[in-house]
Amino acid sequence: MKEIAYFPGCTHLHTASHFERSALSVFEALGWRLVEKFNWICCGTVHGLSTDNLMQNVSAVRNLARAESAGARRIVTNCAMCYNTLKQANEMVKRDEDALKNLNEFMDDEPDYRGGVEVLHSLQLLREIGLDEIEKRVVKPLEGLRVAPYYGCLLLRPREVAIDNPERPKIMDEVLKAIGAEIVRDARLKYCCGSYHTVDRKEIVLSRIDEIISAVRRRGADLIAVACPLCEFNLDKRQKFLNKGGLPVLYFTQLIALAFGKEEDCLFEKHHVDPRPLLKERGLLR
Amino acid sequence: MIKMEERMVRIYVMGKEYRVPAGLTILKATEYAGYRFIRGCGCRGGFCGACGTLYRKEGDYKLYTALACQTIVEDGMYLVQLPFVPAPKAIYDIEKLKPFGEVVLSFYPEVARCVGCNTCTKTCPQEIEVMEFIQAVKRGDLERASELSFDCIQCGLCAARCPAEIKHYHVAQLVRRLYGKYLAKHSEPLKKRLREIEKSSYEKEVDELMRMSQEDLKRIYYSREIKV
Repeated sequence: MKEIAYFPGCTHLHTASHFERSALSVFEALGWRLVEKFNWICCGTVHGLSTDNLMQNVSAVRNLARAESAGARRIVTNCAMCYNTLKQANEMVKRDEDALKNLNEFMDDEPDYRGGVEVLHSLQLLREIGLDEIEKRVVKPLEGLRVAPYYGCLLLRPREVAIDNPERPKIMDEVLKAIGAEIVRDARLKYCCGSYHTVDRKEIVLSRIDEIISAVRRRGADLIAVACPLCEFNLDKRQKFLNKGGLPVLYFTQLIALAFGKEEDCLFEKHHVDPRPLLKERGLLR
Repeated sequence: MIKMEERMVRIYVMGKEYRVPAGLTILKATEYAGYRFIRGCGCRGGFCGACGTLYRKEGDYKLYTALACQTIVEDGMYLVQLPFVPAPKAIYDIEKLKPFGEVVLSFYPEVARCVGCNTCTKTCPQEIEVMEFIQAVKRGDLERASELSFDCIQCGLCAARCPAEIKHYHVAQLVRRLYGKYLAKHSEPLKKRLREIEKSSYEKEVDELMRMSQEDLKRIYYSREIKV
């Protein structure tokens, strides 16, 4: 007799005992014994087969519910991570009525969300305001400054939440051009920075940023522009471990503020790779 | 006249049914049923946080929370004595810390696991916006976290219910200590008064008070001026 560990499942004790009995009989006739070798529990099917793991959306939809009940039709955020999370949750509940109903019932301490809020990234708002309007306010064009606009993943993926063409994004390029910067393009500007691997697998992040920074440097970039605090952390703060001479990494908004003559709002001192020597050399900073 | 029968309600303590007079608090009803509180009972006035408790109601799936000394029994309540909510408290030297959210997270990293379910807020018998102060810690706003958690009496019920296993009340205490020491505005008149006391400037007045009769003390206490 051969043996194999056997998982009967909850139905086999009573409601499907004829299934089990016949199966065990058949296998025994074939020379196999099915043996309950471990203290089995329910396979978890109700949870395992459900597609509505809604807990991960509670925080996002709570924000959308609060926004809607405050009368907001649109909300804007600078952070690509927040944009992506809020937008994906918003698209999900607009698509899936049941999910929205379940979330609303779970959040019985908030007004119901009805799906009436639109989530925007601030680059989208800038595009809506118009490149002309941006250009008009420039007092210090960033002439001769070669900027590599880094999109990363969260502004472009998945496709249904992309703020621009995920393969050939140009929204940040256009904004930066409007303030006089020269754009450096490279396919790696759409790569992932390594994201949260920065916590426990720093080496993954270091290999990503090394590749990204080396590539844009070969193309003559003076600095990288980002739209996400985690990208900024990985591309700027993690350069400490690269030992290759720093390439400044700035938020796109800092560059616009600089071009608008609002140096005092740039807080350049908060970066690991200090951009001020470069900006002074180019006559963009006193 | 109301018959005695009608003024009694049924409660279950640790699963056993008792009849107790309507209008008693959970704490008193439990004592009326013959139980004695060794722990899980303190000031009996809703201030100390020792009597945080859980209960259920007949025909209702929800698990409710309350301060046993502040909540009146209802017919068909399922009660329990909850002596304490265990939660390790971080050991730190407040003099060596800096008032940043990251510092709080380094002692209580589970704060970052908050999914925003708001169970803590629904649990809090003090009606504190518990989730909001945890969110404030996450974003490093210690002032907001201190203000929101100010009424916390450390009953620990939030920590018993949190799916992310956060120890909210210990987190809030660390936050308020950091805020109080490093961020809050300090009162100049208070500092001045403390210096005066240290220099024994009020010895004469204190001696006078010490010599006063109880009646005189009461009289001046009740006639004192209070600036609000």
